[in-house]
Amino acid sequence: MQCSDSIPSAQTGVGSHRERSGEPVRTVVSNLPFEDLKKREQPNRRYEGNAIRTNKYRLWSFIPMNLFEQFHRMANIYFVGLAILNFVPVVNAFQPEVALIPICIILALTAVKDGWEDFRRYQTDQQLNNTPCFIFSRKQMCFVERRWKDVRVGDFVRVLSNEIIPADILLLHTSDPNGVCHMETANLDGETSLKQRKVVPGFSSLVRVLPITKYLERPDKRRTGFGIDSLLLRGCMVRNTDDAAGIVVYAGHETKSMLNNSGPRYKRSKIERKMNTDVLFCVVLLFFMCLIGALGHAIWLETFSSMPSYIVPDSNGNYTPSVLAGFYMFFTMIILLQVMIPVSLYVSIELVKMGQIFFITQDVELYDEELDRRVQCRALNITEDLGQIQYVFSDKTGTLTENKMVFRRCSVMGTEYCHEENAARLAVISGANEEEEVTIYQQTKLPPLFPLEELQDVHTGDKNHANTQVTAASRRRSKVAAEAQSDMAFSSPLETVVVPDRKLILEVDRQMASIQTGPYLDFFLALAICNTVLVSSVTAQRQRVRVNVADLAGAERVGDVLRALTHIFCAANLSNESDGFHSSDVSDAAGQKVISSERKVKSGLSGSEEVCYEAHSPDEAALIHAAKAYGFTMMERTPHYVTVKLPDEALLKFEVLDILTFDSTRRRMSIIVRHPHTKEIIMYTKGADSAIMERLGNVFSGDKIKCVEQWCGWKAVCFSLKVISEQEFRAWSAVRQEALSAIEEKEERLMETANFIESSFTLLGATGIEDRLQESVPETIQALRRAGMQVWVLTGDKPETAINIAYSCKLLEHEDLVFTFSTSRKVLQCQLTNASVPEQTFTGPLMEPSIGLVIDGPTLSMAMSDELVELFVELCKHCRAVLCCRVTPLQKSAVVKLIRQKLRVMTLAVGDGANDVNMIQAADVGIGVSGQEGMQAVMASDFAITRFKHLQRLLLVHGHWCYSRLANMVIYFFYKNVAYVNLLFWYQFFCGFSATAMIDYWLMIFFNLFFTSAPPIMFGIMEKEVSDSTLLSLPELYKRGQHSEGYRRSTFWIAILDAFYQSLVCFFIPYWTYNGSDIGIFAFGTPMNTVSLFTIILHLAIEIKSWTAVHWVIMIGSVLVYFIVTLAYSAICISCNPPSDPYWIMHKQMADPMFYLVCILTTVVALLPR
Amino acid sequence: MMASSYSAKEEDGHHSGSAGLGGTAIRTRKPDNTAFKQQRLPAWQPILTAGTVLPAFFIIGLIFIPIGIGLFVTSNNIKEFEIDYTGTDMSSPCFNCSQSFSWNSTTPCRCVLFFSLDQPFESNVFMYYGLSNFYQNHRRYVKSRDDSQLNGDERSLKEPSKECEPYRTNENKPIAPCGAIANSMFNDTLDLFYIDPNGTQTQIPFIKKGIAWWTDKHVKFRNPSSSNPNLTAVFIDTAKPVNWRKPVYELDTDPENNGFINEDFIVWMRTAALPTFRKLYRIIQKKNNMTPTLPRGNYSLEVTYNYPVRSFEGRKRMILSTISWMGGKNPFLGIAYITVGSICFFLGVVLLFIHHKYGNRNNSSDIPN
Repeated sequence: MQCSDSIPSAQTGVGSHRERSGEPVRTVVSNLPFEDLKKREQPNRRYEGNAIRTNKYRLWSFIPMNLFEQFHRMANIYFVGLAILNFVPVVNAFQPEVALIPICIILALTAVKDGWEDFRRYQTDQQLNNTPCFIFSRKQMCFVERRWKDVRVGDFVRVLSNEIIPADILLLHTSDPNGVCHMETANLDGETSLKQRKVVPGFSSLVRVLPITKYLERPDKRRTGFGIDSLLLRGCMVRNTDDAAGIVVYAGHETKSMLNNSGPRYKRSKIERKMNTDVLFCVVLLFFMCLIGALGHAIWLETFSSMPSYIVPDSNGNYTPSVLAGFYMFFTMIILLQVMIPVSLYVSIELVKMGQIFFITQDVELYDEELDRRVQCRALNITEDLGQIQYVFSDKTGTLTENKMVFRRCSVMGTEYCHEENAARLAVISGANEEEEVTIYQQTKLPPLFPLEELQDVHTGDKNHANTQVTAASRRRSKVAAEAQSDMAFSSPLETVVVPDRKLILEVDRQMASIQTGPYLDFFLALAICNTVLVSSVTAQRQRVRVNVADLAGAERVGDVLRALTHIFCAANLSNESDGFHSSDVSDAAGQKVISSERKVKSGLSGSEEVCYEAHSPDEAALIHAAKAYGFTMMERTPHYVTVKLPDEALLKFEVLDILTFDSTRRRMSIIVRHPHTKEIIMYTKGADSAIMERLGNVFSGDKIKCVEQWCGWKAVCFSLKVISEQEFRAWSAVRQEALSAIEEKEERLMETANFIESSFTLLGATGIEDRLQESVPETIQALRRAGMQVWVLTGDKPETAINIAYSCKLLEHEDLVFTFSTSRKVLQCQLTNASVPEQTFTGPLMEPSIGLVIDGPTLSMAMSDELVELFVELCKHCRAVLCCRVTPLQKSAVVKLIRQKLRVMTLAVGDGANDVNMIQAADVGIGVSGQEGMQAVMASDFAITRFKHLQRLLLVHGHWCYSRLANMVIYFFYKNVAYVNLLFWYQFFCGFSATAMIDYWLMIFFNLFFTSAPPIMFGIMEKEVSDSTLLSLPELYKRGQHSEGYRRSTFWIAILDAFYQSLVCFFIPYWTYNGSDIGIFAFGTPMNTVSLFTIILHLAIEIKSWTAVHWVIMIGSVLVYFIVTLAYSAICISCNPPSDPYWIMHKQMADPMFYLVCILTTVVALLPR
Repeated sequence: MMASSYSAKEEDGHHSGSAGLGGTAIRTRKPDNTAFKQQRLPAWQPILTAGTVLPAFFIIGLIFIPIGIGLFVTSNNIKEFEIDYTGTDMSSPCFNCSQSFSWNSTTPCRCVLFFSLDQPFESNVFMYYGLSNFYQNHRRYVKSRDDSQLNGDERSLKEPSKECEPYRTNENKPIAPCGAIANSMFNDTLDLFYIDPNGTQTQIPFIKKGIAWWTDKHVKFRNPSSSNPNLTAVFIDTAKPVNWRKPVYELDTDPENNGFINEDFIVWMRTAALPTFRKLYRIIQKKNNMTPTLPRGNYSLEVTYNYPVRSFEGRKRMILSTISWMGGKNPFLGIAYITVGSICFFLGVVLLFIHHKYGNRNNSSDIPN
């Protein structure tokens, strides 16, 4: 076999050597000749196998490893340290074993949680590792079925249609005669569009068994070059291709999908950081209290001339010197007062956050019926940060806007066609949609009636192509689903159906009829051809439905995809309500529905032939449908041919000579075809207006430019044509081939060739595509503004478009003073100084002019250079709105980081596309909009929403709630523990600072663990000081969280002081009552314990602003549990807890009227200040 | 204090109907539209307003003042007499006894104090001994006992708990009862004599049973192998606490009050919460309705002075007291109730005044909707 890239085996060693030293070269040798060798002698032995292991622990190492990890938390070390301290004999702990219980419970709970998660990972891994696949075996000379884990680098693997690719495979063969293979990367990046992979040049027939050596780059994240065009990635699914085969180059953990798999993110919220410092304060406080105890004890001992009988000597009969006794006492005190930093605090906070997340995800207002998706909380521990956002950075496309392109108008040969009918239709659609919602809204208020349901069935039935099995069950179908259905039925044609402009269609018809050629026809041909849209017929779709989605890598993502699939299916396919369906059927139908309802827009609504387009971007879809509306339907696309049906039903089959794909630097794409009739070589180019205009051959089209400029609200796409002579093409083609096969600097060379041929076009026309604003975007932005948030828009679009959108979404007002910065460096500096200096004079007393700042990418990078950055930040502080245009993803994240660091504010970034990932990760809170552009943003985000408008509710309502709940709960926790611990502390003054507790040790532990833990947790989850409607109507309330007013140092100290006061009351009223009487230690402690329970619970009761049934149950339940447990405990425990058997004390106390009188008085006095 | 404004939000209206239908068979991810999950549970939102706070103040005042007066009167009706017999003073009859101290002196030191009661004590009189500056609540002291030994456990009798160190064994015999608490048991003997105007002394009869808690006497404290009435045999292999004069089985002649179930011992073992405390010593029971338990007149207190308190500057007292439902004499609680009640009432008046003067203006801002 002749392979252009096969290398003599002598170089293999060199290659491997180089790889080890870090050079991006990978040598792969086929395993086949070495099949019989032992494992140690395999040439590819140093590469990893395909078995993966994502679980952290092994069975034997689970406990040590998990403990090791848990001890990375400072708190755990502290608690374990205390527990160990209990065992030191000199501190005289009552029962050292008891002290171990809480920390053990905490550690065990965490370990069980970790272990369970890890076990789930292990199961998924096993499932993946045991998935069958086909590996070529030389002995049997055919592909034999093996498991994924058996795949090794160098194996030849065959993948059938709709199977998942087991490893990163270099494609060497496909069943497709053109050597193409399609794969769906939904599991990798969430994009449901198909990607084309080509067989490595030179391997068009099935590979024979020969040692082949290849160079490939290392699997780092920018794996480009040789592999990318013919690399099938692990986890992806082969589509539209019967089978494909290739050699494994990366296996197991080295595959791209595994490298991309990063674990869940751990962020620390602002409150948590603050809380940690307060925990330190508590430690200091504890330290001082212990110091007082130690000194007190030493001094107290000094007062005795001879030892009294109640001071117990050690076992030898000697008395410890008072200084040493004081020193020991310090540690005993730590043990006594350790409750100050509660073990339960961290656990409670985690529980509370889980509860908060539960309620956020359960919010029906944040549920998107169209996508059947709830809000997703991916970061588990920053819910309260949502309530403290000060800066919002938003992407434009897909976040503020729908990213559903609507064909609005076009201009051909200088004439503008406004498509007013189309515009009118769009207006009608949105109107009708609202109306529909209103009627359904009214209907649901009625009791369910059969006629109505049937009406609904019929109404949706004719829209739903999959609706073949309307059963009786479907009558009970939800009306919400019907609503969703109608939504989808309308939103799809928004993009697909274009009502042709009458004038234009006349023009087209005239040219069609007369000369069969002309600029109008070329224009629409360009629309139809010049794209990368794939056509898939309905039958083709049916083939590829055997989706075994559950086996895919990355269980989480798969789960999402699967849920999305079944969901769309559920919303659409009304008949499948019976539970007896199997999952394969479900995913089958779901798969279809995804394809036909999402942006791969179905064309056959009216026509008989079912043609589905699978477009990479929504504007391509919009354009191809526009062409179709005028009768130019693309029927088929293969790598070598494109077939277009003309309005007169004739088919034109263009031979595709080359495709220069779209990239962001050129910002255009071209297709070079040979016209079937004229045999001319024609290049159609499509691109952004600027990208085309600068390369026009003749300059006669000045008026066109003008009209394109006028459409600045819409995305303008220009089409142009160039006829290339045969010789010219051949010459260029040779250069192109050379560039294609180049190994070094391939990208650059390809770019050069593309730029070379893409010049001196003839402009055909331009189209205007509108990206509609999402619903309620202006309202949301206004609400966020009123809530004191600064809203910035960072977009890659050109300034004109961005400004337009900014006006339409009320980011900028017409009376605003707008600075536009897009100038050179020196001028910028002047501008910055000028702009900020008058600003400062303005801001004072009179009026604050609202300033909008528009800045473009290059200028931004200048503004962010070292010497200007201070000025820039200063200026930004005064701007009402900032709009950054033409910024790269990296710049987006740089801006976010800059603001976050310089201004020390809480930032939130929201975006939907891969280009927002950096920004989302840089911000304190990253929000992904799961929309049109795949799932990368969602994967990187902390929270995923479906519509921009949800941000309003998420921040203003849930953010506020979560923040105030958590802040109050943390404060309360500190208060509670300080109040309780101080009781013990005051007692030290009356027991010679000997660290005696007047409360039974078990009851002390129970007090924190059971009696008083549920109410604050409930408080943290369910408290609602302000209703959601109030929060939404008064966004100003949000400012409380921004300025951290819920949790300030002063609040903390006030709570501590309050705790001191209450503990004084709780201690000294019983003290004076019982002083001098015959009361025993634990009989004395019992009323105190009870009183502090009442005080603590009632304190919370005063804090709680809204009482639901749950509150009542938990509050009263806590008190009841206290009495029941205490009574039971003191009835049973005769000698089970040696030094402090509380036998019958509680009963005795409860029979004494004084007990109640003390309790009532103390509670009232303790709470009177409140 | 709080206004009950029930604002049950029943806006479930249009959503709830659809959720009921949709949630059943379709596996939609739409969240359940229940009041709980949507945080729409009917809630009672207490709002503090002048209208609710003021009555609360008055009510607290009006309830607390009568309680306080009741407590105060009850406490005042309790008759109490206290006499210090420590003997630190040179003039005190017990001065000599207090100076010459040794735990193991064989000859008991006696002293007699005279006192007179101005008022007769009508009902049952409780006789206490009181100690001051005695830290029975010291941590190590509190720990120094073995409850299972006291509960009659044979094994603990032979092998007392480590907590009892250094009062665990004596000359290789286990101490029963072990520990510092038992070791330091109060061992003064007090006798009370009524001196008739004609000079004859009559001893006042004491009851020494019924001074400990019933549960302590019958459940918590038990003699080992209680079937065996011969306590001497039961405690044969044990040593007496070092400070004791007699072993534990010689505390009393009454078998129901001997050994671990001796009530003086049980009372002592219930450690006091505070350094100044009293413990019940004897009860003087009322004889009949005609004569007071302790008539007015002169009495003499005969003390067998055994217990040393000089090392920690402690004081020893004898207290005679009648008791009521609220226990011993303690005016504090009554005064506290009266004070708090008055403060509440006063605050109520002040707030009412402020409210009347500025009320109309404040009213609107006080009540957030």
